[in-house]
Amino acid sequence: MTLSRSARWLLRGAMALGLAFIYLPLTIVLLNSFNADRTFAWPPPRWTTGWWARAWENAGAREALWTSVQAGLGATAIALLLGTLVAFAVQRYRFFGRQAVSLLVVLPIALPGIVTGIALDTAFRSVLAPLGIGKGLFSVIVGHATFCVVVVYNNVLARLRRSGGNLQEASADLGADGWQTFRYVTFPVLRSALLAGGLLAFGLSFDEIIVTTFTAGPGVQTLPIWIFSNLFRPNQAPVINVVAAVLIVASVVPIYLAQRLSDTASGGRL
Amino acid sequence: MRTGRTATALAAVGLLALAGCGDGGTNAGGSGPGGIKPPKIDKLASLGAGEGQVNIVAWAGYVEDGSTDPKVDWVTDFEKETGCQVNVKVAGTSDEMVTLMKTGEYDVVSASGDASLRLIYGGDVAPVNTDLVSNYKDVFDGLKLKQWNSVDGVAYGIPHGRGANLLMYRTDVVKPAPTSWGAVFDPKSPYRGKITAYDSPIYLADAALYLMKHQPELGIKNPYALDDKQFVAAVDLLKKQNELIGEYWSDYTKEVQAFKAGNSVLGTTWQVIANLANADKAPVEAILPEEGATGWSDTWMISAKAKHPNCGYRWMDHIISPKANAGVAEWFGEAPANRLACAETADKNHCKTYHAEDEAYFEKVWFWSTPVQQCLDGRTDVKCKDYAAWTQAWTTIKG
Amino acid sequence: MASSTLDRPAGGGSAVRGPVRRLSAWLHRHAGVRLAALLAAPLFWLVVAYLGALAVLFVSALWTVNGFTGEVVREPTLDNFRTIVTDEVYRTVALRSVGVAAAVTVIDTLIALPMAFYMAKVARPRHRRWLVVAILTPLWASYLVKAYAWRVLLANGGPVDWLFGGPGSGPGYGLGATVLVLAYLWLPYMILPIYAGLERLPDSLLEASADLGARAGRTFRKVVLPVVVPSVIAGSVFTFSLSLGDYITVQIVGGKTQLIGNLVYVNIGAANNLPFAAALATIPVLIMIGYLVAVRRSGALEEL
Repeated sequence: MTLSRSARWLLRGAMALGLAFIYLPLTIVLLNSFNADRTFAWPPPRWTTGWWARAWENAGAREALWTSVQAGLGATAIALLLGTLVAFAVQRYRFFGRQAVSLLVVLPIALPGIVTGIALDTAFRSVLAPLGIGKGLFSVIVGHATFCVVVVYNNVLARLRRSGGNLQEASADLGADGWQTFRYVTFPVLRSALLAGGLLAFGLSFDEIIVTTFTAGPGVQTLPIWIFSNLFRPNQAPVINVVAAVLIVASVVPIYLAQRLSDTASGGRL
Repeated sequence: MRTGRTATALAAVGLLALAGCGDGGTNAGGSGPGGIKPPKIDKLASLGAGEGQVNIVAWAGYVEDGSTDPKVDWVTDFEKETGCQVNVKVAGTSDEMVTLMKTGEYDVVSASGDASLRLIYGGDVAPVNTDLVSNYKDVFDGLKLKQWNSVDGVAYGIPHGRGANLLMYRTDVVKPAPTSWGAVFDPKSPYRGKITAYDSPIYLADAALYLMKHQPELGIKNPYALDDKQFVAAVDLLKKQNELIGEYWSDYTKEVQAFKAGNSVLGTTWQVIANLANADKAPVEAILPEEGATGWSDTWMISAKAKHPNCGYRWMDHIISPKANAGVAEWFGEAPANRLACAETADKNHCKTYHAEDEAYFEKVWFWSTPVQQCLDGRTDVKCKDYAAWTQAWTTIKG
Repeated sequence: MASSTLDRPAGGGSAVRGPVRRLSAWLHRHAGVRLAALLAAPLFWLVVAYLGALAVLFVSALWTVNGFTGEVVREPTLDNFRTIVTDEVYRTVALRSVGVAAAVTVIDTLIALPMAFYMAKVARPRHRRWLVVAILTPLWASYLVKAYAWRVLLANGGPVDWLFGGPGSGPGYGLGATVLVLAYLWLPYMILPIYAGLERLPDSLLEASADLGARAGRTFRKVVLPVVVPSVIAGSVFTFSLSLGDYITVQIVGGKTQLIGNLVYVNIGAANNLPFAAALATIPVLIMIGYLVAVRRSGALEEL
């Protein structure tokens, strides 16, 4: 678009400052993973690669990472299913309480995590505990899925709105049944929206700590919970920095791939 | 605040009576508060063959099998020697521990004071036959048959370790060196804005301890048993102190870092924090002030419904065996319960640093207890403030 | 695209297709059944698992805890709410929490607007993708680790202090640091919806506005703003609610500050007083529901 030269430079400057603001603390994390001082004295008195070696040997971190991946995948799968269903219902039908449904979907993410967390905890304890079912990984997945539905819902809804119903009607006119229409018309249109929503849902679940604190069973440690508990052990803080540094670097790959696939030019909402 | 040391700290809140403290023994011959008696449960008469596994509920850092750090492992050897596979559930709070023990699925628990008495009176744990725990004879007397691990002279648990809440200061800033808790309560303190305190309602006990020594007219006999007037005095003291506070601390990393950077120069601490700060070249010193201090201690207990009692007993014996007890004490930063552990620590000065063998030192320590309405100091003519009231007061103190 | 792929299944598999085809034909005639099938699972989940849980929580706000046994006493009373309303400290903390959440939202909006605008309208499409990746990446670095990194930055004599000219001259730990760190943590949640909103705004509209003689400021007010406002509101739902429920960041950099989340946490975690924690939790819930109802008309909730 047409912007004056100075406006462009101003915006470019703002972007650069914003990125600096975002990446300054992350740089600190990366540098501190080599900081010999156990509580991150600044500037670092000495440098070491010892924490990386210790993190590599840390089986607890690996297990926690795997738990987090499982929780994230489980929550994302449920969120994809439920979010898509609601989006279809809200987009294709006019029914009583339609507004209330969209508000209901938003509610779990809009209410503070501690409220969602203690509400689910209370419910698990008063409903499931008498049935002999304790909290575990499944209760974490339930909790995460509840607040992840909304991101899938919004992505799918936006895509349905934009694509309109014409293609589906054309498909039906050409003799395709509902399943074929979904499989060969609707799904391909939705694919990138599902990917974007799924990735965001996974990300939300992966770094969630407050709801997880209240819904995790005693033996279940997701990565954020592992990090939290290790901050309370002596000498473990630098190992946490290593884990975080690895996560930052490793996360670029899936995010970039998803970005490519979701094709932002056509309106990916990621 | 959920795991590790702080959780223990928070949860250790609740030792209903105090080790080594003068009046801690006054109702030693009686029953629990309010005259309640625990249900009668028989202790294990003799040790049989191991059942192949043992289910443990413990604080983070108490049962380390090398998954956190390959060098920190006192589980693998136990499994090899006894054939008892260890399944551990790390609990975050005392409530979680009690809930888990009530399921009957667990054999052993590392209970803190509040949990331990609830478990005893709830009939969830059995008395311990200390004859079957060969290492028990080497446990410090200061930890045996105290009111948080026994009732009427019957042992309900095996002591694990202990520690005190000390006063730490930056030697290069705070001059002259403080000797009294008065330093953190002085309204005219030159260190205003750089004083720190432990972030929990139980910190009210520190104020009560100070008042006990400096305002005898209040008649405080036990810092965990405060009637209305005493409670108001303690709350007022902390409200005034709030203006001096820079930050309240709740975890290791935060506290060490604040003292090193100089955000905090004076305040409560644990020995392990002082050691960590010293190791990283921060000029700090931790002392037990003249008034004494508050502190914490945990106990291993066995379930009344234990499915693997023989492995459970073997675990309790193992965890206070000199080597394992030394390992936990060093990893966790506390004084071991077993006197022989002092010879096994990697750092030969560990027991000296943590005053493990110094009974006179721990006699000045009032171990954390959960305040309940029935006054812990034996008074029956007044109602004391319970922990819920302490919590709400803590909210108003922080403002 | 549709027609070419449709050819494929027509050849084979019609035997399997039979029942499916009949079912879908039947469903096609019964819109109500289709709707019910779509909504059954999600509504069951959200109403039973979520609203049910919230209901259990708020009912328990009416109970109390027995001082000695720690058991919950299930006799309805308004004592908890009475304490909250009459005790001044709860009003103070609630107002402080709303203030922090509002400040975080405003700061994030101010930072996010130019960044999102640059990403959507100035940057080349090739760079755009990388910029989105750059904004998304920090979401994967642990929240706790980022908060601790800020603790290092804000420490006495740390990098931020030097920026302000020597030890002790920076903001240090406290309310200001809490707002700053929360704004940092939730910034991507504000940038993304604004970016998505601006991206949908055709460049041609902006050009048309310029061609018709509107200056940049006017174009912004008349063309950009109507698109951006719902996006900002969508982002604000995230920043506002995430800030309102936080209790960990404030512990790390907040000095002696406490927010509503801390009060809820300490009552449930340490004091085992779930009823009182539940009563306290109604405060942020009422605030958020009020906010959602107020902004619903803007259509912002579908922008999240």
